[in-house]
Amino acid sequence: MSERILMLGNEAIARGAYEAGVTVTVAYPGTPSTEITENVAKYDEIYAEWAPNEKVALEVGIGSSIAGARTLVCMKHVGVNVAADPLFTVAYSGVNGGLVLVVADDPGMHSSQNEQDTKFFARAAHIPLLEPSSSMEAKEFVKKAFELSEAFDTPVIVRLTTRISHSQGIISLMDRQEMPLKNYEKDFQKYVMMPAMARKRHTIVEDRMNRLEVEASNLGINEVEYKNKKIGVITSGIPYQYVKDAVPEASVLKLGILHPLPKDLILEFCKNVEEVYVVEELEPIIEEQIKSWGINVKGKELFTKQGEYSANLIKKVIGKENVETRGPLPLPARPPVMCPGCPHRGVYYVLQKLKIHATGDIGCYTLGALPPLQGIDTCICMGASVSMVHGVEKARGKEFVKNWVGVIGDSTFVHSGITGLVNTVYNQGISTVLILDNRTTGMTGHQDHPGTGKTLKGEPTHTLDFELLCKSVGIKHVRSVDPFNLKEVESVIKEEVNREEPSVIIACAPCELLDKKTKRILSNINQDECKTCGICMKIGCPAIQKKQGVIQVNDALCNGCGLCIEVCAFDVINREKDSVVNY
Amino acid sequence: MSKVNMLIVGVGGQGSLLTSRIVGNLALEEGYDVKLSEVHGMAQRGGSVVTHIRYGEKVNAPIVEVGDADIIVSFEKLEALRYVHYLKEDGVLIVNSQEIDPMSVIVGLDKYPDNIIDQLEEGVKNLIVMNALDEARGIGNIKVVNTILLGALSKYLEFDKEKWIEAIKKTVPEKTVDINLKAFNRGLEISLSDVEELIS
Repeated sequence: MSERILMLGNEAIARGAYEAGVTVTVAYPGTPSTEITENVAKYDEIYAEWAPNEKVALEVGIGSSIAGARTLVCMKHVGVNVAADPLFTVAYSGVNGGLVLVVADDPGMHSSQNEQDTKFFARAAHIPLLEPSSSMEAKEFVKKAFELSEAFDTPVIVRLTTRISHSQGIISLMDRQEMPLKNYEKDFQKYVMMPAMARKRHTIVEDRMNRLEVEASNLGINEVEYKNKKIGVITSGIPYQYVKDAVPEASVLKLGILHPLPKDLILEFCKNVEEVYVVEELEPIIEEQIKSWGINVKGKELFTKQGEYSANLIKKVIGKENVETRGPLPLPARPPVMCPGCPHRGVYYVLQKLKIHATGDIGCYTLGALPPLQGIDTCICMGASVSMVHGVEKARGKEFVKNWVGVIGDSTFVHSGITGLVNTVYNQGISTVLILDNRTTGMTGHQDHPGTGKTLKGEPTHTLDFELLCKSVGIKHVRSVDPFNLKEVESVIKEEVNREEPSVIIACAPCELLDKKTKRILSNINQDECKTCGICMKIGCPAIQKKQGVIQVNDALCNGCGLCIEVCAFDVINREKDSVVNY
Repeated sequence: MSKVNMLIVGVGGQGSLLTSRIVGNLALEEGYDVKLSEVHGMAQRGGSVVTHIRYGEKVNAPIVEVGDADIIVSFEKLEALRYVHYLKEDGVLIVNSQEIDPMSVIVGLDKYPDNIIDQLEEGVKNLIVMNALDEARGIGNIKVVNTILLGALSKYLEFDKEKWIEAIKKTVPEKTVDINLKAFNRGLEISLSDVEELIS
């Protein structure tokens, strides 16, 4: 028997890529997809890299595929928006070596700005989409996706959701199948998508989808389980598992391929059961197609389009059980916060003190939006902060933008902040951009990027110099500050927002969690002299608490950054010599 | 037990993820079907985190339903109250009485409830409360809080003590093996002294 181990769905995808003979993998990190690429990188047989954004990742992947390699590209759902441009066209050109795009959706928005459904992209771009329902299937479906990709000359999407990506199930390991590079032959009719060629390819795309539709019922990745024929459930992915727990007596058709749908199989299933429910999280994409065939199925009139499903929800709806469950108690919420010792905290403290508005961006620093820091006004998508602050200026004039900045992280700046900055300079804007550079992609768990000097495989590489870069795109005023030096941060921000020229301030200090070796001396409040004025609590540090009217430093949380010492107006916080952060 | 449903809850950064992985791997080694589900990423640090663990002959969904948990281990007091509605009527709740104020409390928008243990006692038959942070301090390293809780948990799961010890040795850095084993034993001792056998 092969070895059985527990694996995250994401790890299992990586293992599937390894077993499928993949040799190139490209991605931009994004929860819940990140661990796929991190795990791929552990296989010496696979070249893996972080791209600066998803569009670039897919483009690198397309190049690699055309050159003949089995190639995996990974991203989260919102990343597909960024990659949509090459995605729609690679559906036309087709592939050479198999090209699989793994996309992790996030129903419930555990860590995303929306809960869009990637099934729409598959339909819109005419790309087949598979969806596994467990770690084991995640591994097997990736292999299947590569077979399909090469057999039908098409990119294939494997769609995951958070509960697949971040659940661990048992998988059995199999050997890697080495795939020699496919021959590359120059073929401008196939790979040069100018109108004359693209028109011909569009016909091929339609033909391919028609052939796939016929094949979809015979791919061996859909499963029919007949039990009680009164209730039939058509489902896929993680909702399948909830259905099994909720209505074990029901007949179930578990779809492995969601685009195109296996029509023959679905028609037959619907014929054999009395009542058919479609259980799919987010959008009614399966349901509406089945209804368009004139079949009466029940779906979104009973189930929500929002958030995650559960066995209890399905029990209530299909099992018509009166599931009585206690709800959560009304308690103080505990959203994530910037860590004790986080270098972003001081910058937000200063912005708030100066009453400066900020267009914000995606990353740890988004967490500074809530009280007490309330450091950003907006958060739309990656890179938006830089372009939006320019938009604010163009809407309301130069004077108005003098108490505004755009705030962006280092990884996000490389992802899609650079183009916004080029735009500001080009269109004679005057806005100020703050790059909160913590030397890593923090929120997704510390991935490297072009600014960190290290590749995904851990090799040293050229470090992108933000200061030089900003100067080279035409920013004359680029200032570097130490985010823990509040006086410096304050004076530089004041100067730059008032300048009638575009400027960039780089606040650079490594993420607190990167450096676990340095022993720092904890802060301590001299209780005899503390006036409990509460200024130190305005920095929003989780380690500073007020208990029974006394402000204390929680030594289990303090990382000794000293920011509270700096803001204390009465000089009563100091370093506690005896207590050292102990890792 | 034919199937065990468990939650490990706490505050991001406390080490609850690592703890759940140890339990999952033990169940795997004992030949069970196992599923673990975690939500991380944005809730990495300072947020409320929850890991679902299910093992048994055959496990479908990776998440435990409300009212269906046999055991909940809470790394923080308020988080115990937040997830207690997941507990079965006769389930076991192990609570670390450590308090970590959410930001809303720190800024004065909310109040940290002061009668959490009383509230828990009302609804939970099998409640074990320990100050794992103080215990860890006593042992000499506040980072072993999670191993103390693991020790307490070990009383309620069927795995041999040797297996737990093996798993800890495999997981923690080599130089901290001794202190972690000490922490594990302390946790077990507390849960043994606290109540008699709770789960048949």
